Amino acid sequence: MLSFLSAVEANSGDTIGWALLRIGIVLGVVLGIVPGLIWWERRLLSWFQDRIGPNRVGPFGLLQPIADGVKLFFKEDITPATVDRLLYFLAPAIALFPAFTIWAVLPWGPDRRLTPIADVDVGVLYILAISSLGVYGLFLGGWASNNKYSLLGGLRSAAQMVSYELAMGVALGCVILATGSLRLTEVVQQQFEPLWGTVPWMQNWFILTPWGFVAGVIFLITMVAETNRAPFDLPEAESELISGFHTEYSSMKFAVFFMGEYATMFAFSGIFAALFLGGWSPLPFNWEFLAQRATDANLPWLASALSFVGGPIAAPLWMLGKMFGGITFYIWLRATLPRLRYDQLMTLGWKYLLPIAALNFVVVAIWMQFGWAALFGALAVLFLLYINVVLYVSRRRPKDTVPKVQFANPPASTEATIEVTRS
Amino acid sequence: MEGIPLYAYLLLSALLFAIGTVGVLIKRNPIIIFMCIELMLNAANLSFLAFAKYHSAPLAAGSLEQWQVHMTGQMAVVFVMAVAAAEVAVGLGIIMAIFRLRHDVDIDEMSTMRG
Amino acid sequence: MTLTTFAFLVMAVVLVLSAWGVVVAKSPVRSALSLVVNFFVLAFLYFGMNYDLLGISQILVYTGLIMMLFLFCILLLNLGAPDTLFEPSLIKRSLAWFVGGVLVLAVSSQVIGPMATWSTSTPTAPEGFGQAASVGQSLFTGWVYGFEIASVLLLVGIVGSILVAKRRD
Repeated sequence: MLSFLSAVEANSGDTIGWALLRIGIVLGVVLGIVPGLIWWERRLLSWFQDRIGPNRVGPFGLLQPIADGVKLFFKEDITPATVDRLLYFLAPAIALFPAFTIWAVLPWGPDRRLTPIADVDVGVLYILAISSLGVYGLFLGGWASNNKYSLLGGLRSAAQMVSYELAMGVALGCVILATGSLRLTEVVQQQFEPLWGTVPWMQNWFILTPWGFVAGVIFLITMVAETNRAPFDLPEAESELISGFHTEYSSMKFAVFFMGEYATMFAFSGIFAALFLGGWSPLPFNWEFLAQRATDANLPWLASALSFVGGPIAAPLWMLGKMFGGITFYIWLRATLPRLRYDQLMTLGWKYLLPIAALNFVVVAIWMQFGWAALFGALAVLFLLYINVVLYVSRRRPKDTVPKVQFANPPASTEATIEVTRS
Repeated sequence: MEGIPLYAYLLLSALLFAIGTVGVLIKRNPIIIFMCIELMLNAANLSFLAFAKYHSAPLAAGSLEQWQVHMTGQMAVVFVMAVAAAEVAVGLGIIMAIFRLRHDVDIDEMSTMRG
Repeated sequence: MTLTTFAFLVMAVVLVLSAWGVVVAKSPVRSALSLVVNFFVLAFLYFGMNYDLLGISQILVYTGLIMMLFLFCILLLNLGAPDTLFEPSLIKRSLAWFVGGVLVLAVSSQVIGPMATWSTSTPTAPEGFGQAASVGQSLFTGWVYGFEIASVLLLVGIVGSILVAKRRD
């Protein structure tokens, strides 16, 4: 009954030296890879748009980010006369803070001495909390710039973050409910179970389960919104707000905003991989099971290869590969989708993502408690009710009187923001 | 935080609470008054948690009742957080509505309902 | 002075200064930011007392959502300029600070003072009592009615805030 009293488990690498090593690894990898990501984004984007992209500095233009960094570093650091000096100075630092602290709970491999930095008991909540802090940098940058466009960018980012935080929280709630743990390492471990509890040679990646697929898609959309990337980049919409919250920023301050954005994208790709894509396992196959089969079939080389692929040495590479895939997905989205309108953004967040996520949460709860049969029964009843309501509504109001476009009634906040700009 | 006495937390909590009270007394902007109330709630939370940590009553060992007695302080804080969230949602809504009506949020001017 | 005492003192000083900043700051945005700092540091005080779940909820609920709403509201009403509201007179302000001082003195001498003798610095709470599992366990067993009432309260809060904020034209 009270077994959770003794749930505090000792971390094997619980000394200050190991902790510093863990922090050093993460910082080194993130700081080293973020410039590469910028290069990758520019090259891939050019490829999408049928042009070449930066290819002059170094082989394939690989040194372009360094050249950009040097350029930004030596540019004049302009502080406009009317800004709030303290907050204008602090905003980029505040924007960078969550981008790096969010890495603390992300596991890269099975070795608990090297990763994650802190295997805390509340890992998933930690991610939510830290990502909700990310808005402060943008918001303060927008406010301190003392510029109407920047202020609008800051306001937009605040509204967007708060709206999408909810759907993200509920989507994460589904994972928490299914695994019964807030620990990210535990979530990853649970995905190494047999698929659907029945297929022994595959792993139960949550993206492969029905509820996990829904939660994963919702998490994917909300994480793009949380990082302010296209198609949700309204806070920095060039064509409307002249890059919004960082209009007034130049030189290294601008670079710091940029770096924070990329580090957050990278971190969220890793979190998505850990929560839904089976963490550090390359493909949803049960490598130990397959290696055992290979040994039984008298193929020792295949067995050792399989256990290497699923083993601890290759694990960080697969994790990095998945993060890289996530970043590529981000760039793909940016190249494909046009920016949402503000009311479309709010409609998507509040009217679609949040109800679907909440319904999914209920589905997981019923499935966990009563099994699949009860779940299908409940869904059938819900569906019948829904059909009834739809029939009732459509019979009461003929179709032609229903307005086709619901966007004619924008949320109250947009009108109030117009008042801000006017005054 | 081993070695910090209970009264240190309580003193800190009392200071925060008093500052919150002063804010409620001297500010005329309802949003800041609201923030000071949040500050007072948090000071109370700190007291709850400090008491729960350092002075939870020992009952019969190992029973479920004892466990729940230990958890009382945290439960109070959970409910304070829930109430504060609801309060903020409604309160800020009311402030926005008043602003829309009067284009002014000075709390001393909000006397239309005075008899 | 041990390391923990030092950490506690630093956090206490930051907490008091940021709370003071909420009251004295001229612009509402500065006040709100001061309060953000206050709540954030308070979360670390909770972590120090081994309240894992409540500390992270403090960051999530207070700094992440509630203060964001406050800031949003301040900017939406354009209360950012310091001269939108007049401060009360110096006499009123000093009187308020006097009341605050009396409150602290009274509480510390009459309530906390006697406690200093009978409360030691050794925690009596059991191990692992601040973890998510134990908080959830007691929330869903002993306090389940309170939990349900709180959820109804939040629902009423949602409906109420929508009704209040809705335009009636």
